[in-house]
Amino acid sequence: MYDFAPFIDSYTSYLNAHFSPFWAGLISMVSLGVALLLFYAVLGLYLVYAERKVCAQMQNRMGPNRVGPMGLFQTIADLIKLLLKELIYIRNADSFLFNIAPFIVIVASIMAIGSIPFARGLQAVDLNIGVLYILAISSMGVIGVLIAGWASNSKYSVIGAMRSGAQVISYELSVGLALLCAITFAGSMQLSEIIASQQDGWWIFKGHIPAFVAFVIYLIAGTAETNRGPFDLAEAESELTAGFHTEYSGIKFAFFFLAEYMNMFVIAALATTLFLGGWLPFHLYNFTAFNTVMDYIPPVFWFFGKTAFVIYVMMWFKWTFPRLRIDQLLALEWKYLLPISLLNLLLISFLTLMQWHF
Amino acid sequence: MEETLLDIDLKDREEYIINMGPQHPSTHGVLRFETCLQGEMVKYIIPHCGYIHRGIEKMSESLSYPQLVHLTDRMDYLSAHMNNEAVALCVEKAMEVEVTDRVKYIRTILAELSRIASHQLWWSAFGMDLGALTTFFYGLRDRERILDIFEETTGTRLIQTFITPGGLMNDVHPNFQKRVREFVTYFRKKLPEYNQLLTGNVIFQERTKGIGYMSKEVAISYGVTGPSGRGSGFHCDIRKLAPYSAYPFVKFNEITATEGDTFARYWVRMQEMSESLDIIDQLVDNIPQGDYMLALKAIKAPKGEFYHSVETARGELGVFIVSDGGPNPARIKYRTPNFSNLFVINKIAAGHKIADLVAISGSLDLVIPDIDR
Amino acid sequence: MALLTTFREVGTYFREIYSGVASLVRGMRVTGGYFVRPQTVTQRYPENRKELKMFDNFKGELILVHDEQNHHKCNVCNTCMRKCPNGSIEVISKKIEGADGRSKKVLDKYIYHLDMCTFCGICVSVCDEHALKFDQEFEHAVFDRSKLVKQLNLPGSISQKEANNE
Repeated sequence: MYDFAPFIDSYTSYLNAHFSPFWAGLISMVSLGVALLLFYAVLGLYLVYAERKVCAQMQNRMGPNRVGPMGLFQTIADLIKLLLKELIYIRNADSFLFNIAPFIVIVASIMAIGSIPFARGLQAVDLNIGVLYILAISSMGVIGVLIAGWASNSKYSVIGAMRSGAQVISYELSVGLALLCAITFAGSMQLSEIIASQQDGWWIFKGHIPAFVAFVIYLIAGTAETNRGPFDLAEAESELTAGFHTEYSGIKFAFFFLAEYMNMFVIAALATTLFLGGWLPFHLYNFTAFNTVMDYIPPVFWFFGKTAFVIYVMMWFKWTFPRLRIDQLLALEWKYLLPISLLNLLLISFLTLMQWHF
Repeated sequence: MEETLLDIDLKDREEYIINMGPQHPSTHGVLRFETCLQGEMVKYIIPHCGYIHRGIEKMSESLSYPQLVHLTDRMDYLSAHMNNEAVALCVEKAMEVEVTDRVKYIRTILAELSRIASHQLWWSAFGMDLGALTTFFYGLRDRERILDIFEETTGTRLIQTFITPGGLMNDVHPNFQKRVREFVTYFRKKLPEYNQLLTGNVIFQERTKGIGYMSKEVAISYGVTGPSGRGSGFHCDIRKLAPYSAYPFVKFNEITATEGDTFARYWVRMQEMSESLDIIDQLVDNIPQGDYMLALKAIKAPKGEFYHSVETARGELGVFIVSDGGPNPARIKYRTPNFSNLFVINKIAAGHKIADLVAISGSLDLVIPDIDR
Repeated sequence: MALLTTFREVGTYFREIYSGVASLVRGMRVTGGYFVRPQTVTQRYPENRKELKMFDNFKGELILVHDEQNHHKCNVCNTCMRKCPNGSIEVISKKIEGADGRSKKVLDKYIYHLDMCTFCGICVSVCDEHALKFDQEFEHAVFDRSKLVKQLNLPGSISQKEANNE
């Protein structure tokens, strides 16, 4: 539970001992893919469930409570329903692009998950440019959204897709700059090294106020990048009915839906890794007893606990705030977030240069 | 020269037109806005109504006065008590009878309760139009309490048919006063929560302030009444201008704002809720004793024309009865507030963004069956 | 001077941010408060059928009041039928030979069209005999529209007047 590296190593050596190198590589890749897909599906479904429960509690409701104990199987039932539903064929839609769009969206979010460190030794690929990779991959999703909106041949969809394009392109800047802050502190883009650099304290504590500001900016811009409320202009239910996925039905709609939640997970996981110490436990400065107790909690729980907290905050945003208008959305980015994050980055560079962080 | 709907060349449709409605989440019913867009900008809006026309006025001609009351509930279903009251008052005026003070008090309390309930539902839906989904549940949660009061007395929650020419269908439930008092204390506590959640929110203020400006002149010339008109400084509260029922006995303020934007209309409604609480507070403890129904032989209006108007939650509802002396009206005409309030939308929303159109139509608080009747 | 204005502008810029964030936090406190202290107001409906009690005046469906001897109070005056705004009530009478040898009009079938009823309550209020009442039953959903047409007088029931004469 505390270190997955021996388990992974024994699995690889077992494969290498029993199969030829080609087959060993193939089997390990396939098993990795299956594991990630399963993880993706289960996590996505339970994020939907969590959101429904959280918002229900905030709104004095019960939320799902029919299927299974406390409605735990509700989203699974929903998935089965969506799988069985008819895929409506839009006559004047560009059918090739229309069909491929949900896959682009979902593939982008699956690929991003591949390089997230869940625990010690539990990371599919530890790229030396991990942050850059996730940033690049997760912004691919917007291409899917744009294609979906354009190919549906629906006016609502086009407006939604165009909004989404404008929104993601602007907020990408703030996300990037906020992440750069953490990268500046850590001096590396490799996620495992960023975590290693937080061994003696998380960056949100070590980096004084600028790190906190960067974290908040990242959270806001990240929420905007996932097209979630209060930045859900691309689907803006009360204005554009369902925005870019108005014309989608059945499992293709489910792909968009699931991808939204997984993008949220990726954003939260990245925030955890870069600012909240990843899977590292919480340590107080010199309290050895306290620190030992904290060490007993396995890193997986630390990682998912912190991620769940960030996700909860994002849900809290969604269920409290009204939606922004498109011009206000862009004004928020270009007039507030971008200048502040540039200034913040400057401050952080200075802090790092002078070695003033803890 | 002011551009009107007729000036727009309807043949030249090289424009980006989207139909908001008849099935659209923000029109709250079967209304269709034919919206011409330029990018995100709204160039003009042509509202199409009539999707839920049921011919209430024509149907009423074949019904006697007590019978036709139940159709008025189905016009503006959120202010059913006021609609009933309008007909009742008009018929009573025609018959030259006056109901007892007890009836007057109860009518007013019920009307003010339904005004609060209506504003609560509007607040809920308005928040949802702007994307704040939680408001919907808080508004409905508190509205349930009013509906419980209604259900205990009248037997139904939404369309009550309780106020009838000559009085009330039956006397109020013994628990009525206690429950109303409970509600007043409860809602006084909850109202600040509404303001914390939505009114003060910076996003909400940015979305509503300065949006959909309606000048006083526009409000008067389009006949925009109710909170929407009062948001533009148009003093149109019938409760003040021509007090009816128990309104002469109570002290209250007519809420007006001068800004004329979406936020002003919002603010007027929020203030009206607490003003209605004050009115109820003054009335509920001194409901006089008396009969709940006048002993009338036959409810028949004499030959002639009669008009009476009341202030519903959305504005002035006028009832015009042409009678030939029979038990049925020869012609009945309702001047419904929403019909007038709807058509100002092109005037105030053109030139704004789509999101603003949703906010503006939400701030007009349209109830579609009231438009179509 | 220009510098001062710039400073003031920068000050307003940050003050705006501060007041904006403060208003957002105030809103989040409301929703967060309910999250921490849940106050569920919704009910689990079919499960709570036993405890679920409607208000006394609740207008569920129209019934003809019957006493223990299966006697109702309808004396076929037809007022309810005439006063009903949408024709939901059909009172069908029959002639029977009374004890004194004169033929009398008594109730044969009291037909109530629940599918047309608007629950205005006029029928109950105009009935001088208090023969009609609204029941608490509210689960009216059926698969066949014809099931909404109900006969209100129970089989074998007679009116109290009839019973008294016998």
